[in-house]
Amino acid sequence: MKRYLIFLLMWVFCFPVLAHSEEAWDRVQKTGELRWGGDAAGGAPYVFPDADQPDNLIGFEIDLVEALAKKLGVQAKFVSVQWDQLVPALLRDDFDAVFNGLEVTQDRLAAIDFSIPYYFFSEQITVRAENNAIRTFNDLHGKKVGTLSATLAHKILEDDGNITAVGYPSPVEAYRDLEIGRLDAVFMDVPIAAFYAAGNPKLKNLSDLAGEGIYAAGVRKDSPQLKMKINEALIQLIQSGELKEIYLKWNMWNEKQDKLADPKQWDVKRAHEKNPVMKFSKLLLLGAGMTLILSFLSMAIAVIVGSAICAGKLYGNFFVRAVCNVYVEVVRGTPLLIQLYLLYYGLPNLGIQLPAFAAAVLGLGFNYAAYEAEIYRAGLLSLPKGQEEAARSLGMTGWQAHRFVLVPQAVRTILPPSTNDFIALFKDTSLVSIITVMELTRAYTTAATTTYRFLELGLATAALYFLMSFPLSLWSRRMENQKHASVH
Amino acid sequence: MLPYIKIKNLGKSYGKNEIIRDLSLDINSGEVIVFKGPSGIGKSTLLRSLTYLEPFQKGSIEVGKYVLNANLDRRKERETIRAVRTQLGFVFQFFNLFPHLTVIENLTLAPIQVLRKSKEEALEDAQKLLKKVGLEEKANFHPEQLSGGQRQRVGIARALAMKPKAILFDEPTSSLDPEMKGEIVRAMSDLASEGMTMLIVTHEPAVVEGIASRIVSFGAGLEVLSDTAR
Ligand SMILES: Nc1ncnc2c1ncn2[C@@H]1O[C@H](COP(=O)(O)OP(=O)(O)OP(=O)(O)O)[C@@H](O)[C@H]1O
Ligand SMILES: [Mg+2]
Repeated sequence: MKRYLIFLLMWVFCFPVLAHSEEAWDRVQKTGELRWGGDAAGGAPYVFPDADQPDNLIGFEIDLVEALAKKLGVQAKFVSVQWDQLVPALLRDDFDAVFNGLEVTQDRLAAIDFSIPYYFFSEQITVRAENNAIRTFNDLHGKKVGTLSATLAHKILEDDGNITAVGYPSPVEAYRDLEIGRLDAVFMDVPIAAFYAAGNPKLKNLSDLAGEGIYAAGVRKDSPQLKMKINEALIQLIQSGELKEIYLKWNMWNEKQDKLADPKQWDVKRAHEKNPVMKFSKLLLLGAGMTLILSFLSMAIAVIVGSAICAGKLYGNFFVRAVCNVYVEVVRGTPLLIQLYLLYYGLPNLGIQLPAFAAAVLGLGFNYAAYEAEIYRAGLLSLPKGQEEAARSLGMTGWQAHRFVLVPQAVRTILPPSTNDFIALFKDTSLVSIITVMELTRAYTTAATTTYRFLELGLATAALYFLMSFPLSLWSRRMENQKHASVH
Repeated sequence: MLPYIKIKNLGKSYGKNEIIRDLSLDINSGEVIVFKGPSGIGKSTLLRSLTYLEPFQKGSIEVGKYVLNANLDRRKERETIRAVRTQLGFVFQFFNLFPHLTVIENLTLAPIQVLRKSKEEALEDAQKLLKKVGLEEKANFHPEQLSGGQRQRVGIARALAMKPKAILFDEPTSSLDPEMKGEIVRAMSDLASEGMTMLIVTHEPAVVEGIASRIVSFGAGLEVLSDTAR
C-alpha cells in the first residue's frame, strides 16, 4: 500500500516538474525576467503594501531582489501566493525562486534547494507590557503562545510539548489577541516582532531570544545553475555592503549578520540538520477528535436553539415571529465564515471576548439553528390538520398535543434532513480553523505545509473525515427507507 | 329537565363568508339527534364550534354548567374550553387516529395525560372499551393495519375512553364501504340504547335514521328547515 502511495506521490509531484525540466536559469536569461514568489499579505517587513500607496509593494525583500536582479542583468517580477503555499507553487513552476523569510528546515530541504543565507534570525518572545512573569523561553511552559502557522517558530513551540501553540495566518491578529489577553505571549521571527510590536506601548519584546534560523532563497532542485547565479549575486551584495545597507534601512541589522560574510556558514544543509520533525499522525488524530467534539456540541446547540426558533415562528406573537424571521433570513443569507470572523475577531471591539473554542461552537451552533428551525417547521406543518384537532378535542393542552402527538410524528420527517444537516455541519467544522481552532483540516494544512506530503496526508485526512461521516450517512439512509416504508 | 346543550343566537363567519347566521337550538340529555342538509352548508362547522375547534363571532353555547361566549379570550378561557372538550367526545369522518401509537395507546393517552388516570386504570378501561367495539384482539396493532370500519370503531372507543357526556359524530360512515357502514351503525345503536347523548352530522340520513330520536334539517345560513322528534 505504502509503495503505491509513494509511486502516486512521485507521479503527482514529479510530473509537472519534469514537464518544466528546462533549467530555470536558461529561461531567466531568455526572457530577461526573474520570477520570484512571496506572500504580499504575509506581513511586514518582508513584502507588504505601502500604507500610503496600497497598490505599491515595499519590504526588505523587494529591495534585496531588485538589487540581486540588477547584478544578474535581468528584471525582477514578483508573484504573490499564500505563504504556506510558496513551496508547492515553486514546485509547480509558478516562479523560479522564493524570497520570503523562508526558513531552511529539514522538511523543506527534502523538497527544494536553498541558496546561501541572506539573513540570520532568532525568535522573539513578545508579552504584554505589564507582564513580568515571563522572562525567558522556559517561562512559556503551560502558556498560550501565538505564532504564524507552519513556521519554524511554530515548530519550536509544538516540539517543546509543554506550550499551547496557536497558529495564525498573519501577524496582526496574533499581536492583537495578545493585546486583548487571549494569548500570554507571541513567538515570531525577530524582524516581524521588530516591525509590529516594538512600537506598540502595550507590548514589549523580551531580550531573551530563542532558536536561530536562516532565511535563504528557495529554488527547485532541477535548477542548480540558477542557484549558483543567485549565490554569486548574493556574495557580491554581501561583500559590497549593499545588503547591509538594505538591513540598516529596515532596522534589521545586528552583529549576527556578520556571519553572512563567513563562507563556513554558507552550507545551509549542514547548518540545519538538527531541526526537529513534527509528529503528524498524532496531530491528525487530535484534530479528528476536535472535529468530533465540535460537531456534537454545535449540533446540540443547533437542535435546542432551532426548536426555540421554530416554536417562535409558529406560535409566537407578532414581535417574536418578526425577530425569528429576521434571524433565520440573516443567518442563512450571510457566509458562515464571516459570522465566525465577527464572533471571534469582531466582538472584542464591543468588550465581549470569547475563547476560540467557544466562538467556534457558538458560531456553528447558532448558524445551523436557523436551518434546523426551518426543517422542524416544515416537519410540523406537513402533518395532517386532523391530528392536532383530534388531540385538542380530547382535551389536551397545546404542549401535550405537541409532546405526545405532533412532535413524535414530525420526527420521522425531520430526522433524514436533519441528519444530512449534521453531516454538512460536520464538514463545515473545517471553517473554524480560521479562528485558530486546531481541528482536522487545520491539522492537515499544518502537517502538509511543513512536510509537503500533500497527497499522503490529504488521503489520510479524507479517510478520517469519511470514517467519521459514513456511519451517519448510513443511518440517515436507513431512516429515509423506514419513512418511505411506513407511509403508504 | 334543563337542556344539556343550549345554542343561543350562534353566528359564525369565515371572513366575509357567513356560514351560521342565527342559530338557536336546545339538546337534551339522552337525545340522539341527526343533523342533515346539503354539502357545504356548515354542519361540520357547527360541531367544530361546539367544541371551540373554531371560534365564533355571535351568540353563546352552553354545555352543562360551562358557557362559551362569542369572541372569548382563548387564553383566559382555556380551562373552560378544555372542560367542554372532555365532556363532548368527537368522532371524525377520517378517524384521525394517532398513527405512531398502537390501538390501545390511542385509547389510553388522553385519559392518562388529561384525566390523570393511573396507567393501570386507563388500560383496564381501554380493554373493556375495545371488547365493547369487538376489537380486543387488535389492541397492539397500529391503525394502518386495520380496515376502515375497524379504524372508526377505534375512533369511537377513543372518544368513549374520556367518559364524555355526549358524542359528536361528523360523517362517521361517509368514508366507509357500504358493508362497513353497518358495523359502525350497530356500535352507535348500542351506545344509543345505553342512553348516550349523540349529535350526528350526515348527508346520508338513511344510514342512521333508524337510531335517531330527532332529526333536524338545515338550509342556507344553517337555518332550521325542520325539526322533528321520532
Ligand atoms: N377553515 C375554513 N376557512 C374558510 N372557509 C371554510 C373553512 N372551513 C370550511 N369553510 C367553508 O365553510 C362552509 C361550510 O363548511 P362545512 O365543512 O361546515 O360544511 P358541511 O356542511 O360540513 O359540508 P359537508 O357535508 O360536505 O361536510 C363551506 O362553504 C366551506 O367552504
Ligand atoms: Mg362536513
